[in-house]
Amino acid sequence: MTLLGWTQILAFALAVLLLTRPVGAYLHRVFEGDRQPLPRILGPVERCAHRLCGVDPRAEQSWRQYALALLVFSALGVLVTYLIQRTQHLLPLNPQDLAAVDPALAFNTAVSFATNTNWQAYAGESTMSYLTQMAGLAWHNFTSAGAGLGVALALARGLTRRPGADGAPSKTIGNFWVDLIRSILYVLLPISILGALFLVSQGVIQDLSAYRELTALEGAKQILAMGPVASQEAIKELGTNGGGFFNANSAHPFENPTPLTNFFELLLIFLLPAGLTHTFGRMARDTRQGWVIFAAMAVLFFAGVSAAYWAESQGNPALAGVPVDQSAGNLEGKEVRFGVAGSALFATVTTDASCGAVNSMHDSFTPLGGLVPLVNIQLGEVVFGGVGAGLYGILVMALLSVFIAGLMVGRTPEYLGKKIEARELKLAMLYVLIFPLVTLVLSAWSAVASYGLSSLNNAGPHGLTEILYAYTSGAENNGSAFAGLDANTPWWNLTQGLAMLVGRFLMIVPALAIAGSMAGKKVVPAGPGTFPTNGALFTFLLVCVVVIVGALTFFPALSLGPVVEHFLASAGRAF
Amino acid sequence: MAAPKTKAIALFDRGILERAALESVRKLSPRHMLRNPVMFVVEIGCVLTTVLWVRDLFFSSPSAPLWFSASVTLWLWFTVVFANFAEAMAEGRGKAQAESLRKTREETSAIRRVDGQEETVPSSRLRKGDIVIVEAGMLIPGDGEVVEGVASVDESAITGESAPVIRESGGDRSAVTGGTKVLSDRITVRITSNPEESFLDRMIALVEGASRQRTPNEIALHILLVGLTLVFLFACVTLVPLALYSGVELSATAVVALLVCLIPTTIGGLLSAIGIAGMDRVLGRNVIALSGRAVEAAGDVDVLLLDKTGTITLGNRMATELLPLPGVRVDDLADAAQLASLADETPEGRSIVVLAKERYRLRARDVTRLGATFIPFSAHTRMSGCDLDGRTIRKGAVDAIRAHVEKLGGRVPDGLADMADRIADAGGTPLAVSDGDRVLGLVHLKDVVKGGIRERFARFRAMGIRTVMITGDNPRTAAAIAAEAGVDDFMAEATPERKMTLIREEQARGKLVAMTGDGTNDAPALAQADVGVAMNTGTQAAKEAGNMVDLDSNPTKLLEVVEVGKQLLMTRGNLTTFSIANDVAKYFAILPALFSGVYPEIAPLNVMRLASPLSAVLAAVIFNAVIIILLIPLALRGVRYRPLGAAALLRRSLLVYGLGGVVAPFLGIMAIDRVLQAMGWV
Repeated sequence: MTLLGWTQILAFALAVLLLTRPVGAYLHRVFEGDRQPLPRILGPVERCAHRLCGVDPRAEQSWRQYALALLVFSALGVLVTYLIQRTQHLLPLNPQDLAAVDPALAFNTAVSFATNTNWQAYAGESTMSYLTQMAGLAWHNFTSAGAGLGVALALARGLTRRPGADGAPSKTIGNFWVDLIRSILYVLLPISILGALFLVSQGVIQDLSAYRELTALEGAKQILAMGPVASQEAIKELGTNGGGFFNANSAHPFENPTPLTNFFELLLIFLLPAGLTHTFGRMARDTRQGWVIFAAMAVLFFAGVSAAYWAESQGNPALAGVPVDQSAGNLEGKEVRFGVAGSALFATVTTDASCGAVNSMHDSFTPLGGLVPLVNIQLGEVVFGGVGAGLYGILVMALLSVFIAGLMVGRTPEYLGKKIEARELKLAMLYVLIFPLVTLVLSAWSAVASYGLSSLNNAGPHGLTEILYAYTSGAENNGSAFAGLDANTPWWNLTQGLAMLVGRFLMIVPALAIAGSMAGKKVVPAGPGTFPTNGALFTFLLVCVVVIVGALTFFPALSLGPVVEHFLASAGRAF
Repeated sequence: MAAPKTKAIALFDRGILERAALESVRKLSPRHMLRNPVMFVVEIGCVLTTVLWVRDLFFSSPSAPLWFSASVTLWLWFTVVFANFAEAMAEGRGKAQAESLRKTREETSAIRRVDGQEETVPSSRLRKGDIVIVEAGMLIPGDGEVVEGVASVDESAITGESAPVIRESGGDRSAVTGGTKVLSDRITVRITSNPEESFLDRMIALVEGASRQRTPNEIALHILLVGLTLVFLFACVTLVPLALYSGVELSATAVVALLVCLIPTTIGGLLSAIGIAGMDRVLGRNVIALSGRAVEAAGDVDVLLLDKTGTITLGNRMATELLPLPGVRVDDLADAAQLASLADETPEGRSIVVLAKERYRLRARDVTRLGATFIPFSAHTRMSGCDLDGRTIRKGAVDAIRAHVEKLGGRVPDGLADMADRIADAGGTPLAVSDGDRVLGLVHLKDVVKGGIRERFARFRAMGIRTVMITGDNPRTAAAIAAEAGVDDFMAEATPERKMTLIREEQARGKLVAMTGDGTNDAPALAQADVGVAMNTGTQAAKEAGNMVDLDSNPTKLLEVVEVGKQLLMTRGNLTTFSIANDVAKYFAILPALFSGVYPEIAPLNVMRLASPLSAVLAAVIFNAVIIILLIPLALRGVRYRPLGAAALLRRSLLVYGLGGVVAPFLGIMAIDRVLQAMGWV
């Protein structure tokens, strides 16, 4: 570990901290304010969009209506993207004449992007035409992030809304269409455009030309894939999507050319999830409620990044005693321009948030270094997390924390003055159960089935980690790959598609249901007997609950994967 | 406060222990176990490992030694039995407490009046609406209401209070309880409940589990526990194929052992015992809770409405000071005040006589011997006193005395009104004393606040509970008493309607309200309040409307009920935390043991240095079972309640039950492992 490395990490953390308040305030103004920003320019566009879609911006929805709108919208998106892939050879903007995408892969990819997972069982440059990338995939990069944002806002509204002036409880949690349109118009599009321009200035390419053939220094012919990269790159990070234009994702020099772009891309990943905690605080009329959640996330972030950076700096334990210079740490599978710190930071951030972009090969990390991204995802992607998904995920954890704390202080638990009762707990447990169920069952199945094992490139615990990582990443909608696994087989395409669908929508529905049932509750004023959720003690409790729920579930499986691999590697066995 | 009626039952009473041991085996029936999904999963695991053990015994050569799977199986069964034992203990204690109450309700005969005829019937045949006659020396055959007559009744069987109480038809003192004894006179009672429906029976049924319903928080906690059980079920079942991939063949016994250790058996096994014990503790304080929900709600109460009289102050006002007008000797005032009060049998009157005697050394005199004519209090004159040797001595309300003196041609000094105001400001009632046409001065009658009540209210404030005093006094008096007693708020000139409005207002703001009441006009408010404690001396209507009945009729009891309610939730919450925290150590015990055969390099994970894989698994299973037994006393007694703020309370509990929950099993499992080793078992 070096001073420079830590400076990089701390500078990043500081930048996130400084941006949280302004971004959070901006989001609050966009979604909860009476006057949206730039009313002269964007106001007419928004009204026009509402009119075109037949949306009444003042009509709010119940949680069921909200969920239905989201599900129907997502289903249509999956269908359209599937059709574009299947017919891309007939459509324009395909200078390389790429063929139609195979049905199982097309299904997997359509689901992957609609669920904000962006798991890629394909290599972008050799599979997807420019039109597919821009219309089919980038569309979801915006809308899936917008939908996630909407769910988070809906849950925050449910938790923070007070009964109206007439005392009648609120039964609505916002309007999906309004949230979606506003998220794209005021948040995702403007920041993406600015971000893309910045990336272009740093050397990220943006064109529609055919691939170029070059002669390399040593005289070999090389084909350079081209494309509209910058425009896709910004939203890839901002929307915590992570689906790279190229197969090498953010390790590719055309996607992420310099340490500065690396820093910028990392910042884009955490920008909205961090800001949302402050938005939540504003909605709760107590910004400390937001900062407490931010603090819990920050604790988990630092734990992860420290562990990963430390493990990677140690070098590969299996190579101890071999004449290999490991003074710079474990550099296998890393870009030298990012180094160990920049790679460990990226791996932590991309798996904390449900981004899934990568700038290094997680498969080549040391066993413990590779454990960090895996555990990050298994914590439920609540360490800042996906756009929206991070906030609604941690709010569900907060409900569980408050429940236990409430019992421990001898009072029916309440969060922000609203009582947590059997119904909310049932929904929260459902939310918590879905992810381990899908991940463990599919991993266990694949670990003993020939069609699962045939995709493995590594044996022993490392192979098991690859399987576990794949389903973890799919079910939790992260989308990063540990790699080392041939994911483009019918079994993997279909089961991953299923894992992504279940992991996204079967968790969103309970989250919205909680929003609906909390919205209608009476608010109990806080007193000295109420457990305060805006202090350090709550941060501590929240961190414990997140770690315990995640760790207790996956510890047995992890102990057979990276944990045992670490001990074996230390004893000189490699896989 | 009355002496506790049910004598404290020893935590490990021999009789209860024996019955509970028997009961804990009987409760193994699946029908009973299904009510508790966590323990049901354990039982299924037990059946599975037992069947496998029998199979291994006769048919196949097992991978693990037979003695090992037999011991694991045995201890898994113990886990279930211990949990049942905890529940049976709680029930047994509750029954014992109820039993001592029930003794008072043994079969008695009653004289029933039917169509003017009197007949003797066993009390069990009485039905609601029957009219019975109870004479001196007889037991009252059932809960009822006096419709005719007045009698003194010994209610010590129920309340522990030895002094007899008066029960009479009409008014607030008409309710009688079955099992109490009429000492004098004869009353006619209308039975108000069928024998099996009386409060005692309802309470006994609740404790016995026949009609026990889960409380809202218990249901919510159950959902959490079932959810955790499912999570661990996934984790353990999928571990089999994952291990198979790694070349480890896990035996079903080992997987079941891991599962049972991970699922929250500690809290799952003690949950119902905690709930029943809460009811027991309320009953131990002579309060009959009509539902478990009421006890739990008591722990959540935000506002307590307390009647001033009887709860905050001693029932009667007492004379505390004599204030002569300028120019009057205080001895003259004392003399006149005492003469005016000699024949006055009201507590206020007697307190004046006592004050004059103790403070001014005036011996009490006999009115008749003095030849005085006693003038009793009348609502018309609002004065009382006596006529003696031509003197007309009167005492009464200030304006009544003023009118009386002015009628006789006297003049009231200007200072009197100011003096009266000062007394009222201090929360007292001024009583003027006159001799002839001359006002002598004032008697300061004061409400005496009960000792220790201020500290009690301070405790409540620390818990976040607001106390509101309800009184019919004028605002000035009320404010002074409120300040002296240390309540947070008061309602003066209260009427039943205003009380009701206050409860509704607080509830509309999301608060939970508790109140005590005894009169018929309290019934609507008792029903409206979230926790309504009716006094046993109260009317039947009040008792039906509330959700608890206090046998001692001691309104401060509400405070104890609140603490029991909080304790109930805290015991559950703390043991849940403990149970989950335990899993960390169990992982470190069992997982290295399971995988060390194929991956000996994993040895550093065996941080407890357990002797062998077999002893590691066995030690974890034994710890998991034994901890249930060890925690039974805590479950039955409840965790200690401290009136701290929520954050301080949580910090302390996290330290004890969270950190303790992580550390304790490390030590426990290590110790058990060493013992097994020393005994040469492993």
